[in-house]
Amino acid sequence: MTRVVLVRLGWGLLTLWIVSVLVFAGTEILPGDVAAAILGQNATPESLAALRETLGLDVPAVQRYFSWLANFVRGDLGQSLTNRQPVADLLWPRFWNTMALAAYAAAVSLPLAVTLGILSAVWRGSVFDRAANVVALATVSLPEYFLGLLLILLLSVHTGLLPSLADTYDGMGFLAWLKATTLPMIVLTLVTVAQVMRMTRTAVLAVMDQPYIEMNYLKGLPNSRVVLRHAVPNAAAPIINVVAFNIAYLITGVVLVEAVFNYNGLGRFMVDAVSKRDLPMVQGAAMVFAAAYILLNMMADIGAIALNPRLRHPRISES
Amino acid sequence: MTSNSKGLILDRRSLIAGASALGLAGMFGRPTWAQETPVRGGVFIMGIGGGSTTDDFDLRKLTDWVPVNQAYMVMNGLVEIDKDNVAQPELFESWTAAEGAVDWTFKVRQGVTFHNGKTLTADDIVYSLNIHRGADTTSAARSVAAAFKDVAKVSDSEVKITLESGNADLPYVLSDYHFLVVPEGFQDWSNPIGTGPFTLESFEPGVRARFVRNESYWKPGCANVDAVEVIVINDIAARTNALMSGQVHAMNGVDFKTVDLLSRAPNLQIVRSAGGQHFTFLMDCTQAPFTDNNIRMAIKHSIDREQLLQTALLGNGRLGNDHPIPSTDRFYNSELPQRPYDPEKAKFYLKEAGLDALKVTLSSSDAAFTGAVDAAAIYRTAAAAAGIEVEVKREPADGYWDNVWMKAPFCMSFWGGRPTADQMLTIAYQSASAQNDTRWANEEFDKLLVEARALLDDTRRREIYWRLQELISNEGGAMIPMFGDYLDAVSTKVKGVGPHPMFNLMGARMAEKIWLEA
Repeated sequence: MTRVVLVRLGWGLLTLWIVSVLVFAGTEILPGDVAAAILGQNATPESLAALRETLGLDVPAVQRYFSWLANFVRGDLGQSLTNRQPVADLLWPRFWNTMALAAYAAAVSLPLAVTLGILSAVWRGSVFDRAANVVALATVSLPEYFLGLLLILLLSVHTGLLPSLADTYDGMGFLAWLKATTLPMIVLTLVTVAQVMRMTRTAVLAVMDQPYIEMNYLKGLPNSRVVLRHAVPNAAAPIINVVAFNIAYLITGVVLVEAVFNYNGLGRFMVDAVSKRDLPMVQGAAMVFAAAYILLNMMADIGAIALNPRLRHPRISES
Repeated sequence: MTSNSKGLILDRRSLIAGASALGLAGMFGRPTWAQETPVRGGVFIMGIGGGSTTDDFDLRKLTDWVPVNQAYMVMNGLVEIDKDNVAQPELFESWTAAEGAVDWTFKVRQGVTFHNGKTLTADDIVYSLNIHRGADTTSAARSVAAAFKDVAKVSDSEVKITLESGNADLPYVLSDYHFLVVPEGFQDWSNPIGTGPFTLESFEPGVRARFVRNESYWKPGCANVDAVEVIVINDIAARTNALMSGQVHAMNGVDFKTVDLLSRAPNLQIVRSAGGQHFTFLMDCTQAPFTDNNIRMAIKHSIDREQLLQTALLGNGRLGNDHPIPSTDRFYNSELPQRPYDPEKAKFYLKEAGLDALKVTLSSSDAAFTGAVDAAAIYRTAAAAAGIEVEVKREPADGYWDNVWMKAPFCMSFWGGRPTADQMLTIAYQSASAQNDTRWANEEFDKLLVEARALLDDTRRREIYWRLQELISNEGGAMIPMFGDYLDAVSTKVKGVGPHPMFNLMGARMAEKIWLEA
């Protein structure tokens, strides 16, 4: 088991390194640089040259990459090129904002989705099953920003129930925070519920068709006990997989939602950084996103292995 | 009648004339321009687009709207442009120029203190100007400040500026938003200190900032609200929603396409400021086929300006006459005939150039201005009637200024207004300027421009500027179909709001001017 985890971790680090090279190369390929972005239409060749020299952009790209990597390995994310603040100071508060929103959405979305999935499996073919499927598919088919605007129009502009800006700040009360972030939470919930719900339904149904479940019914167990005690635990592995995948999506895929609600998270941070060509900031944000993605997928894999004895002991099943 | 009330009447008249020309009935019955007594108190919340996580208060790199507005909350300029586009004293109390307009003497306003208690003296002003000067400055105002040969302290209350060559508009030049004043030696750009109406209380770059009133502010009738909160909202839809749901009191940069819808909301006032912002179709005079003025004239006659103004800007602007001087400028050439849409004339010019038909590629992107791609498509149809086939090439907005502007032979762009005709003409049309984006070179123009700059006699200056506008209009490489108003939307709870010729949000000084309904 430890070996499995270590090997996975190694692959994760390798992936992270490849991402860092790709992001660096990508930012280099993009037209313009941070000096041009800072000066905009006011740029003159002299002021550009002066600014490039101040920022150390006259050093060759490969050299800049390795000095960044050397600092990164030591846990130093470097300084923003545009305002000379440490990237870590700018990045972590926004990372925790994104995590908080993702957690809020996950706390609502995942239990809801799993419950709906189990119920629609139990009542397969019923009106409930069909209605839940249709609604979930409809919401997942709408783009996030459109759903967001629709909800703002209904719940914010017309009725004034919830604020349209997810305006959060330090020292704000927990209830105020919940209220400010409820609209983005609803959007994120709507776009993630469908997949988890349908995967849960399929997984539970696959188990429900097994002979031992039929045996359970034959010996007279009540429906709820059959499902919760005997079916769901055996359907857990694929459910955990899709849940982890959706949590990763909640963390990394919120850029559009953050833009619509003006939420101060990592997605907006990254958009800013890219448009200013501020490489240390782009790299920092990309590393965090990539690490979150890799880590959650790894946890899903390990979770699946832990729950499945055949995967847990590969040698035994091979022999 | 005092001159003040006369000014008020003129304002209203021009407002009504402008408004009825645009068919904006919704403006009336809201006397926001009426003189009322300011009320103190309240928290003013602004939703501003144009900010970034990387912002700070470094005066040398002010280019976007959030930092510019925030800088004006904490600091003061040397000269302020008023709502009638006239230079007014700010930290420079008065000025005199010697004949030739090379040597200028400025009196420093007395009794002004910085937020840290230091008294403002000439040293602070010399320091604040010098950060934009010198060989190794990174300032975006570097080319403007290069005109100062020497900036010297005469006494604590007097500064002398010597120019490289005469410029009668120096006070206007000094109204540039980069030339704000910090204490001598100041460098901590994340914790700004100024003499401005508010002090910075908290600052999260690109997200939000909070400012509280400077209780000892020197400017009378200003800094009425207890605090100002700036929420950075770059997404225009999010900004509009925030205003409509009452989360912010004011927003900048209203979309031309939605302004009419927004003006129907009963609790909002739309502020339309006519100014120098204009949209350009740039022809590079050094690249074929635009080396021939006949081709340039053909292009200039092949656009339906009225249609473009009505469709791309939905009427929120004025017609352009292929020169960059707006009708709000005191040297605007009001007798230059408006160039019409005339396909026959365009064909005539093509013939003069020895052509029956012309095919050109127009590079376009919404980076140039919102709606630029639509405008290009509209132009394409109008030009076809003149025998000009326009192929619209849609360029990515990202990197447009680096890769397309001043590189493609025919592309779309814009210029924000400049406080003076001289600045506008110098930056974009003088042959030696690095931002001469049509690469037009005209000896007569260059010579007259320098001559006019040094003249303290307005009659002769007017003659020259009128001639320069005519020259650009008839020979230059820029087709300028329209000027766009600056559009803001403000809650009716905010009083003392009005248009300003410089920028959005009352020349970026809205926070100190307004007050909230009691």
